[in-house]
Amino acid sequence: MHNPTRIEINCETGVESIIELTDAEVAQLKKDAEAAVARKAEEEAQAEANATAKAALLDRLGITAEEAKLLLG
Amino acid sequence: MANTFELISSVTAGALGAASIDFTSIPSTFTDLCVKVSSRSDRVGTTDNLFMKINGVTTNRSARVLYGNGSAASSFTETLYVGELDALGSTASTFSSHEIYIPNYAGGTNKSFSVDGVTEQNGTAAYATLIAGLWSSTAAITSLSFYSGYGTTLVQYSTAYLYGVKNA
Repeated sequence: MHNPTRIEINCETGVESIIELTDAEVAQLKKDAEAAVARKAEEEAQAEANATAKAALLDRLGITAEEAKLLLG
Repeated sequence: MANTFELISSVTAGALGAASIDFTSIPSTFTDLCVKVSSRSDRVGTTDNLFMKINGVTTNRSARVLYGNGSAASSFTETLYVGELDALGSTASTFSSHEIYIPNYAGGTNKSFSVDGVTEQNGTAAYATLIAGLWSSTAAITSLSFYSGYGTTLVQYSTAYLYGVKNA
């Protein structure tokens, strides 16, 4: 099975080449992808934690999100 | 202020798509660079991440991102990320748009850049990003690569246009 290809354009010569990725480049892509997935999961977890904390605070204060907006507006 | 804007090179992904679009041997004869990228990936999901590599390296990069998705806004720090990218879950045949502006790309100081980008989506959530980026290197920029942060493929008809800008 062939590796994915990249498009390289040499701006001096204008020559466009389609180049198969090396195994090392494929491995790097995989590593980048894993890092991206981990980062996304971290962002989502943080957003969820913030939402939970916000809901808990509103509950403690006994006001709705709309009322909180009014207070801060 | 720029008074010339010249196309250096452009590329369109063919039927097989591309793991990356790479501009190499960028001439140092301009003042600034401007890249306009219209792209979409085959990632399973509503969006992907567009990454930019400078001179083939991934080190000494930092960025501050302002991010909105139609219902909420946030800000965060990043490294190689230059915005959200349309993916398989986006409305069919739509492509995200990004403009990257790099002043003094051939100078001997650190390289700053800005990015504005949007996804296209006929739905409630679409993404917009504004980025202030930095490559802490005194080397002249001679190559730029654009690729999916998830390692997916930029699909057919994804395009990138590289312009040189002169202010004198």
